[in-house]
Amino acid sequence: MSKFRKDDGKELPPISTASLPDIVFMLLFFFMVSTTMREVTLKVKMRIPEATELSKLEKKSLVSYIYIGEPLPTYQKTFGKAPRIQLNDQFATVDEVQDFVIAEREARDEAEQPFMVTSLKIDENTRMSIVGDVKQELRKSAALNINYSSRKKAER
Amino acid sequence: MAKKIPEIPAASLADIAFMLLIFFLVTTTMDVDSGLRRKLPQWVDPDELKDQNNEINERNIFVVLVNKNNDLLVEGDYEQIENLRERAKEFMANPYNAENLPEKEPVEVPYFGQVMVTKGVISLRNDLDTQYGTYLAVQNELVAAINELRDELAKQQFGKAYEDLEDDKQDAIRKIYPQKISEAEPKGKI
Repeated sequence: MSKFRKDDGKELPPISTASLPDIVFMLLFFFMVSTTMREVTLKVKMRIPEATELSKLEKKSLVSYIYIGEPLPTYQKTFGKAPRIQLNDQFATVDEVQDFVIAEREARDEAEQPFMVTSLKIDENTRMSIVGDVKQELRKSAALNINYSSRKKAER
Repeated sequence: MAKKIPEIPAASLADIAFMLLIFFLVTTTMDVDSGLRRKLPQWVDPDELKDQNNEINERNIFVVLVNKNNDLLVEGDYEQIENLRERAKEFMANPYNAENLPEKEPVEVPYFGQVMVTKGVISLRNDLDTQYGTYLAVQNELVAAINELRDELAKQQFGKAYEDLEDDKQDAIRKIYPQKISEAEPKGKI
């Protein structure tokens, strides 16, 4: 008779995994509620600068975004390394900013138009010349509420 | 005896849910959008601008220049960005009515009565080659200076932080410390 014979009677029952789907669903719902869908695929690289005097963008539906930064490595062959403007899903020139703003404005209700905000997401190494041009275009198209997107700076 | 229907296996349910979870994790962003809010001035035709030259007294302007090497020139001398906030606060408040700091004029403000309000304007000019990061840091310091002044006044008058005040009280404080930051068109050379 072997000494190492398993005693069949005392085997541990396997842990029930029946509640695992419930746990995962709970996580899933948490992430669905607390996050927002990515609207555009970014084609530019950005490191958003830091600031302390931040205010939150409250109504997402009233915000339109302008991205400025170096094109991602995949696009650098065609567009080069100089900072570019991205509107919606494609690269754009400064002249197209006005059309973009007007198109964004047309898409909103008339009552909401005065509260529209343009969020500028600009890489911190960008030169001011391109930013200045964009600002002039925004002034020309009367989109005066702007928000320089920035991260919260850690308090010292 | 009728044959028992076998139970549907639920073991793969977890896998399906995990797949959905990962999909949502990848396609969504967690960060809340926040930033420095500013208001651009109305567009004015450059030709019209030439006709009217509204003179502002020299002592009422707080000149901040940022050059292409991201150096700061504040009121004619070199300055570190850490000291900009204090300088701007001193300029806007002018607590001892110094001769070289901006003039004040009496204004009737609700809750406060007649108050001496500064005529000071902050003028910010940058080079075309200035980095955006520096520009934003300067803007941030200037906005922070005015916010701190407003906060101090709110605590002194109402015993509360500026943000916690009612709208009309905030308006009153905004009248005393207006956010007057003017940005000139960037020039090639400073």
